[in-house]
Amino acid sequence: MSDATHSAAFRSPTTEAPLARWIAIGVAVAGVSLLVFAPLAAVFAEALAKGWGAAVASLGNRDALSAIKLTLLIAAIAVPLNATFGIAAAWAITKFDFRGKAFLITLIDLPFSVSPVVAGLCIVLMFGTNSLLGGWLVAQGYPIVFALPGIALATMFVTFPFVARELIPVMIEQCRAEEEAALTLGASGWRVFRTVTLPNIRWALLYGVLLCNARAMGEFGAVAVVSGKIRGQTATMPITIEMMYNEYLSVAAFSLAAVLTLLALLTLLLKTGLELRHADQLSASHRH
Amino acid sequence: MGRPLLHRSPMPGFGLSMGITMAMLSLVVLLPIGALLLKGAAYGPANIWDTVNRERVWAALFLSFRLSLFAALFNLVFGVLLAWVLVRYRFPGRRILDAAVDLPFALPTAVAGIALTALYAPKGVLGSLAQGLGWKIAYSQWGIFIALVFVGLPFVTRTVQPVVEEIDREVEEASATLGASRLHTLRHVVLPMLTPAALTGFALSLARAVGEYGSVIFIAGNIPLKTEIAPLLIVIQLEEFNYDAAAAIGIAMLLISFAMLLVINLIQIWSRRRIGHV
Repeated sequence: MSDATHSAAFRSPTTEAPLARWIAIGVAVAGVSLLVFAPLAAVFAEALAKGWGAAVASLGNRDALSAIKLTLLIAAIAVPLNATFGIAAAWAITKFDFRGKAFLITLIDLPFSVSPVVAGLCIVLMFGTNSLLGGWLVAQGYPIVFALPGIALATMFVTFPFVARELIPVMIEQCRAEEEAALTLGASGWRVFRTVTLPNIRWALLYGVLLCNARAMGEFGAVAVVSGKIRGQTATMPITIEMMYNEYLSVAAFSLAAVLTLLALLTLLLKTGLELRHADQLSASHRH
Repeated sequence: MGRPLLHRSPMPGFGLSMGITMAMLSLVVLLPIGALLLKGAAYGPANIWDTVNRERVWAALFLSFRLSLFAALFNLVFGVLLAWVLVRYRFPGRRILDAAVDLPFALPTAVAGIALTALYAPKGVLGSLAQGLGWKIAYSQWGIFIALVFVGLPFVTRTVQPVVEEIDREVEEASATLGASRLHTLRHVVLPMLTPAALTGFALSLARAVGEYGSVIFIAGNIPLKTEIAPLLIVIQLEEFNYDAAAAIGIAMLLISFAMLLVINLIQIWSRRRIGHV
């Protein structure tokens, strides 16, 4: 604020005129309000359009409850598996030097540049009943597509890079010296990982897991293609929101959407907290 | 090529960590993409071309690409402004604004889709205002544009922000001392420093928008030839169990994605050469 009081007499040569500054701030606030704050408010306004009672009652609906359960189950499968992958990939990439490393990193990032619908299509073509593998699996009694494993696979596809991408830059920065010292002192590989590496990367790991989880619970395009949208069986929360919305069950759709919105806000809150408190242990691009 | 495949390292666990990495990468990502390419190969390039070379498919691909380009251009300008405002200015609510920029990453696309539709539909709060001006937003290409701006919002801001933080103010002071106006300094000193990061963010935002599905289908209206996006065509073909046609359009989209990935990498190589870092 002291800037403003001095500005009449002296303006720093490295800042803009007060009028230009306030116009820029005004445009930024207006833009983010129209694009982010207004839709956020709309979710809660629509959910509560018929009062709290109706909103809460619609969440107790059988379809809504089974959707919540399925979404939690899918996240409980996909997130730990992708976290395991992320740790393994970051360890292989940052602790060893081998040919083709850059190409491997490109392959890990690949899901971010593939449309979620194309990701779902790939899973359907590999495991659908019309494919050799899928047909055989169905004959054995293990359907993948239009069933839980397919939804889990599609979710894993779209969230695949999150943890690895968060850990790799952090582990590159931390070098290998600490681990090498522990090894020299006779610690086993697992012990080095648990007592040296893990404490160093825990906040970055949590950061990656948070983002991975938010996307896993909210994924729509890829899951829409593989789920078959069977009510009470393969309809996740986002899919159920779509079905309710298309049936003009506005309060029910937006109430379920409000639950996912609260989850998104919680994710942002935790993420911002991590950026403020443990910035030095996150990858450089998240430090403010 | 005298370089060994793997340098000797005192670190343990190469076999295990690389094994997990390759096994999961193959099962989750590479084999499914391979299944799509295999399906395409079996269908044949001529058939793929015949499927894609139809008015409705061209219209959808062109619409997706054109509106994604407009949305990414909007995000390029607005994202740079936002990054500048968030780093350089102090005002009440700055932290909340900063955190809000990430919401499109955290909010499920289907939720964003129905929320934007509720807001910008003719009966919605902002949609009814716009309709008073004779401007139809939801169920027109404007609606698709807004949804694509929403999903791409964080990319440019988040790539440019760290660069603005690292700008050495002495450079700006030097420019001012040499008699340049503030506008001149911003245009000829600051902007060139931000360009590589801004272009990276632009390309990421474009790539994301071309494949976007969830936030768009609710607000688009989905009228063939007019407001039908390319990913929706794949979903329609799959609902009719027309796997060959779905695979053909999927391959066309995959090629577009790969081309954009290549462009992003080229921009990053170019910017590293230019300023030493991204």
